[in-house]
Amino acid sequence: MVLVAEYTGPQGGVWRLLCCPNVPLPKGMSRLEIRRELTDPTAPSSFRSQQLRARDMLRGDLEAEELEQYVEESVLFTTLEKAANWARSNSLFPLTFGLACCGIEFMHTIASRVDIARFGYEAARASPRQADLIILSGRVSIKMAPVVRRLYDQMLEPKWAISMGACCSSQGVFNNYAIVPADKFMPVDVHVPGCPPRPEALVHGILKLRKMIQADPDAGWRTRYDAHGTEEILEDALATTPAAVNIFGPDDTGGA
Amino acid sequence: MSVTGSEVGLGPIEDQIARQRAPDAPAEELLTINMGPHHPATHGVLRLMVLLEGEVVRDLKPIIGYVHTGIEKTAEDKAYWKVIPVVERMDYLAYYFNAMAYCGAVEGLLGLEIPKRAQYLRVIHLELNRLASHLVWLGTSCLDLGAISMFWYGFREREQILDLFEMSSGARMHTRYIQVGGVMEDIPRGFEAKVRGFLKDMHERLEQYEALLDQNEIVLKRLRHVGIVDEPTLLALGVTGPLLRAAGNPWDLRKAHPYSSYDDFDFKIPVGTIGDNYDRYRVRMAEMHESIGIVEQALDGLPEGDHITPDRKISLPPRHELATSMEALIHHFKLVTEGFRVPPGEYYYPIESPRGELACFVRSDGSAKPARVHMRDPSFVNLQAFREMARDSYIADFIATLAMLDPVLGGIDR
Repeated sequence: MVLVAEYTGPQGGVWRLLCCPNVPLPKGMSRLEIRRELTDPTAPSSFRSQQLRARDMLRGDLEAEELEQYVEESVLFTTLEKAANWARSNSLFPLTFGLACCGIEFMHTIASRVDIARFGYEAARASPRQADLIILSGRVSIKMAPVVRRLYDQMLEPKWAISMGACCSSQGVFNNYAIVPADKFMPVDVHVPGCPPRPEALVHGILKLRKMIQADPDAGWRTRYDAHGTEEILEDALATTPAAVNIFGPDDTGGA
Repeated sequence: MSVTGSEVGLGPIEDQIARQRAPDAPAEELLTINMGPHHPATHGVLRLMVLLEGEVVRDLKPIIGYVHTGIEKTAEDKAYWKVIPVVERMDYLAYYFNAMAYCGAVEGLLGLEIPKRAQYLRVIHLELNRLASHLVWLGTSCLDLGAISMFWYGFREREQILDLFEMSSGARMHTRYIQVGGVMEDIPRGFEAKVRGFLKDMHERLEQYEALLDQNEIVLKRLRHVGIVDEPTLLALGVTGPLLRAAGNPWDLRKAHPYSSYDDFDFKIPVGTIGDNYDRYRVRMAEMHESIGIVEQALDGLPEGDHITPDRKISLPPRHELATSMEALIHHFKLVTEGFRVPPGEYYYPIESPRGELACFVRSDGSAKPARVHMRDPSFVNLQAFREMARDSYIADFIATLAMLDPVLGGIDR
């Protein structure tokens, strides 16, 4: 790089006209580069100058001390747990599970306008084995409650649950013999009110959940709910048949 | 049994099976599988017990009741006007229709005359709701066929319709816009222009969908000559709506038994020819064009006048009257505390919902609460025909058939 010209800009930055002599170019042409550099090298670096340094680093223009300083500035220290929680909270896989009216608004949340993919929650899974998050979107009837509980049990830890809408939080407008609030049969992390809640409200609930996951390094719901000792699989059953987890006997339909 | 791609023609399934089975081979072993209530293709919480012979569905039995909400029983415990939000939540894609059927039945018992403007406003919202319901059907059933882009397109347009509902009533779903005696409020300023703008877009978009799907090789292969049920069988099973019209019977209550001034509008009833899944698809797409036309006509001819019956025994007095009129205050108090009383009797009020004949039966004992509210939900009746439609077809086609049946479990289980 050969310095061709230099002048001071209106905001105090120095504009340097640089020329690259080694690159073969057609006759009569020259490769020019305009680079803005700070007048005061000790001044706090602006975003633009950070960008320029990052570009230089990627090009391999930084060397020795400069490179070492760059690396020192760029390294961020964290714990593995925090990093894992950060990653987890930004890629929740919801279960494709619609119960009633709220299920339609849940579909709207995934669809074009609200586009939950912006937060990384768009990969809706049809199997509970692959899902991290169950959104109870609608009314849970007495007949459906054991099924929902079984779906929740089939999900792998760490797992979260959002109760969407009034029906599965407080029985809503119905409040009769047929509806069960979700808290009666499974742990719920976030309740989203509404009948049905707007898609924006559901996104708000999911973002609250994200905050919760990031703040709480202990992700297991048993710890969160102080529910250790409520495991359904007994130790001696595990000792005889290690594959006994989630396997039901011939007459046991799991309530379904 | 294995079926290779080249052998899968469009002929009857028996021929295909016969071709592949040796003459003296024993019949395939039968396998019963359970599908649902949690399954992404059942459009809700439908559970199906399916008897399979190889890949062919030999028999099936729907098991319902997983979203039973006790709505009919709850309605018996509420004043007439407080029942509306409860019945709206049955068929949750067609909430205006639920409210319309119920209000129509109560108005019949009361012998109320509905102002013309209210009838037109009802038609505008009913037809917009029909569009919104069909858009969900289109998006989710194309998703079942493996086309995800239709889901994005369908819900993009549906959002616009929900914006219109929000503008006129304040809510996206379950708007409680239709009241006994008329509608809750007159449409706000700018609503008409917004609806017109949307309808113009919607015409173009529908044409785009049809360009995408109508001649699509996969859609044709998956839908044509699949799930055929003839008209007499459908009638014997009580099937109504697009399913019956796809088999060639032009039964549509908007024409056959006009309500809410539907006889003022000029529209056609699209019918199919053989009653296969492709006809069902085409009938619904054509219906959407007709709905756009009806809303346009209703906006053009929207009469001036009251948006709700001026009978103060039935409808709440306007806010400004409460400050000046003692009588209005008394009416308001009576309506809000007890509600209005309805003369004893029975009434059955059928309307054409996106899925067929949706009707409400109301029996009154003369008090301010209905003695019985029963809904004839089209999804519930149409689901009977599913066995006829899906029997002896491949299990993959059975998913497409269920999508074209378009059941809404909230309406089936209530």
